[in-house]
Amino acid sequence: MSAEAAPLTAAPSAAVAAILGRHRLRAVEALPWLCAGLGFFALPDYLALGSQILIMTLFAMSLDLVLGYAGIVTLGHAAFFGTGAYVAGILALHGWSEPISALAIAGAAAGLLGVATGLIVLRARGLALLMLTLVVAEMLQEAANKLGWLTGGTDGLQGITIAPLLGRFDFDLFGRTAYLYSLAVLLLAWWLVRRIVHSPFGHSLTGLRESAIRMRAIGAPVFRRRLRAYAVSAALAGIAGALLTQTTQFVGLQVLSFELSGTVLVMLVLGGIGRLYGAFIGAPLYMIAQDQLAKQDPVNWLFWIGLLLVLIVFFARGGILGLVDRILMAMGRRCA
Amino acid sequence: MRLDMPASPAAAPALETRGLAKSLGGIPIARGIDFRLETGERRALIGPNGAGKTSFINLVTGHLAPSSGRIWVGGEDVTALPPEARVKRGIGRTFQINTLFAALSVLENVLLPLSERRGIAGRMFRAAAADAGLAEEGWALLERLGLAEDAARPVRELPYGRQRLVEIAIAIALRPKVLLLDEPAAGVPSAEAGIIIETIAGLPRDIAVLIVEHDMDLVFRVARRITVLVQGAVLVEGTPSEIAADPRVRAVYLGEAAAS
Repeated sequence: MSAEAAPLTAAPSAAVAAILGRHRLRAVEALPWLCAGLGFFALPDYLALGSQILIMTLFAMSLDLVLGYAGIVTLGHAAFFGTGAYVAGILALHGWSEPISALAIAGAAAGLLGVATGLIVLRARGLALLMLTLVVAEMLQEAANKLGWLTGGTDGLQGITIAPLLGRFDFDLFGRTAYLYSLAVLLLAWWLVRRIVHSPFGHSLTGLRESAIRMRAIGAPVFRRRLRAYAVSAALAGIAGALLTQTTQFVGLQVLSFELSGTVLVMLVLGGIGRLYGAFIGAPLYMIAQDQLAKQDPVNWLFWIGLLLVLIVFFARGGILGLVDRILMAMGRRCA
Repeated sequence: MRLDMPASPAAAPALETRGLAKSLGGIPIARGIDFRLETGERRALIGPNGAGKTSFINLVTGHLAPSSGRIWVGGEDVTALPPEARVKRGIGRTFQINTLFAALSVLENVLLPLSERRGIAGRMFRAAAADAGLAEEGWALLERLGLAEDAARPVRELPYGRQRLVEIAIAIALRPKVLLLDEPAAGVPSAEAGIIIETIAGLPRDIAVLIVEHDMDLVFRVARRITVLVQGAVLVEGTPSEIAADPRVRAVYLGEAAAS
């Protein structure tokens, strides 16, 4: 066809092959799971913190799908986390104590809420969208506060008991079952999200992030795609919230708070957005720093987190993973 | 039922508008435009700034809704269809101001429209790369446009002229029946405009092309017929030599030159 066009590259280059082969697993992707496995054996006294890290990683990963991939900027993702948490708590207090089915129900409820609210908020863009997501979460928190008969109001839901996992493994005092349960759920969710981001649908989400106008001009049903991403993300956030309820046997109003929406956003920005693994860096880093700094400097620990975030935003756009990318590229150039 | 509707799809023009009108903020930007583009035709749409050329494109693509009038694509009335549905009927467009997936590689910029055209873009659980022939088609398209060497580079790192070429590549990837090019060579240095002109001139013969352009070299090189739009209405339509000789066209352009 283009025989007359002078120098032709005969075959796609290595760089092109790398783009097309991005869905293949690389060895380095085993790293988070090795760390998580190692943590289980090496730090048996920290398993409660470990479970919370895994749960926040799942929550941050769900946010990455909408924020990092689809470019939907939200400050109200706690709405879905909190919905999942309350659904799991209410189910358990009403006798539905089997954890895995309750997790699925909580995820479905949060996903449905994602569809219902997405139908409204996703019609807006930019700052208006940001405010609407915030308002949804605030309204839910206020509702949970007022519906004391259902949610326990400011006292939260206490006395939750969860049946043994798979009918065999009790949620023990040391948090071993809770940790491995959270790890298994995170692994499944990671596998799912990883498939999604490398699918044609996932690619179209990055297209929406880059230019919704162009996506429309190439025939993409823009609104439906965004809504689907929002719903999947909401369901995953709900599962994370339900995990928190089941592993801590408590739900409080803070699961729906603006503070939590902000915290998960900070975690993701620290790690790096739109990279799938930003959550796996940012959530552990934030949680461990919080744990350690709160011991050293209980009054000002948040200041140090803030300072870290300022440094990241100024000097490492793309978060810690973005920084790692740039260092690796610089090293590669020096070697070549 | 209108008696003057296109008789049968076979004989229908690739694109037709009748009485297309639109006002924005009380100012008419289209005033009853009757327009007909035959299959495989090469047409230029020219006119002074503010004549409504881009607005006409936006009306055809569905990015603007007309106040009155109708639009047919291949004999089918698409007036009520949203933009994405019109794309499925064969309308493809480029933008006057680059509207690209800036952070994505050149290859990914063409894979997105290819996935949409193949109807696989909604699939969630299969790797995009697993789709047989998708990457090959994208690669072949980039080779044809001389973009292959930049395939792995993010579009935003490309020089402006190359970005204009990606603009066209995305539209061609849709294999449109009607291709609307909104100033494809605008702002491109003349040394780099050659490849854009060649690309347009080398488009398959079954695509009807409407090109909005100020660069008269490009217009005369590509178009067999020219439509002149002035203040939202068709002033005249004819061959390039007819248009060049038309006193009304000269008056419009001279008037504009005198005013500016």
